[in-house]
Amino acid sequence: MITELDKKLIRFLQDDLPITSRPFTAIAQELDITEEEVLARIEKYLEEGSMRRFGVALRHREVGFTANGMGCWDVPEERAEEVGKIMATFPDVSHCYQRPRFEGWPYSHFTMLHGQTREDCEAVAKRISEATGITNYRLLFSTAELKKTSMRYFMEEK
Amino acid sequence: MRLDELDRQILNIVQYSFPVAAEPYKALAEQVGSTEEEIMSRLKKLKEDGAIRRIGGIFDSRKLGYKSSLCAMKVPVEKLQEAEEIINAYPGVTHNYLREHEYNMWFTLISPSEEAMEATLEEMREKSGCEIRNLPAVRFFKIKVDFKLTDNK
Repeated sequence: MITELDKKLIRFLQDDLPITSRPFTAIAQELDITEEEVLARIEKYLEEGSMRRFGVALRHREVGFTANGMGCWDVPEERAEEVGKIMATFPDVSHCYQRPRFEGWPYSHFTMLHGQTREDCEAVAKRISEATGITNYRLLFSTAELKKTSMRYFMEEK
Repeated sequence: MRLDELDRQILNIVQYSFPVAAEPYKALAEQVGSTEEEIMSRLKKLKEDGAIRRIGGIFDSRKLGYKSSLCAMKVPVEKLQEAEEIINAYPGVTHNYLREHEYNMWFTLISPSEEAMEATLEEMREKSGCEIRNLPAVRFFKIKVDFKLTDNK
């Protein structure tokens, strides 16, 4: 259950936390609650999973992960669950989803691979292929990052 | 950019275990054997230099009641700039990449409801004149976006 207070707090928490000694006090004052209450609610969101994590979002290109390959895999439906789980065990895979196929697009499973080079990503894809037995796949490398931001929730009701 | 050992140590901690505490930078300093001032000045520098995009909460759109999807768009080369401007203008578009394929623009879209998402996509198609495929996930296996920084980075 997301209350109005939660929504207000989430609006603040999706901003950039100041780098000051007591960064949560300003938020607490704005919401007219205590600093402890702010911290307790963050812990609660983390526990519930509505907040996946609290911390730093890196610009991964800036810290050396310059290659970004979207692995697209043609997985038979009867193996969808099993293969997806195997793919998810690879530490270099950050995201793994099954999505609908469409005309001219035979691929069902998507794995985001981040590496220092294209060759790194290709090597990981090869290992995934060997581990799963899925041989019809391709890696779509990004040639440009046009946008990368964090979603801002509950802004439409403000 | 150049990161030294302490930078990497700090970044590895703050991605997943940022202290949820009244004085988080002091807590961090204690963990790595440094001072609060040093931690704060390094984080400020990392932000200025562009390694850190933001410090804050990263939410699960589904658990907040939102719908998210990956969209594949087929854009003629001469219309790339125009399409980029149209698509990026939407606040629900959080990631957008050019990729080497006939479907060359891939973006993620987060919307408050299924209906809002369909309406947004229809508007994007009208404005751009391009084909857009909506590929919402049917199964979720993993979302993990921490990047372990090691020596050779």
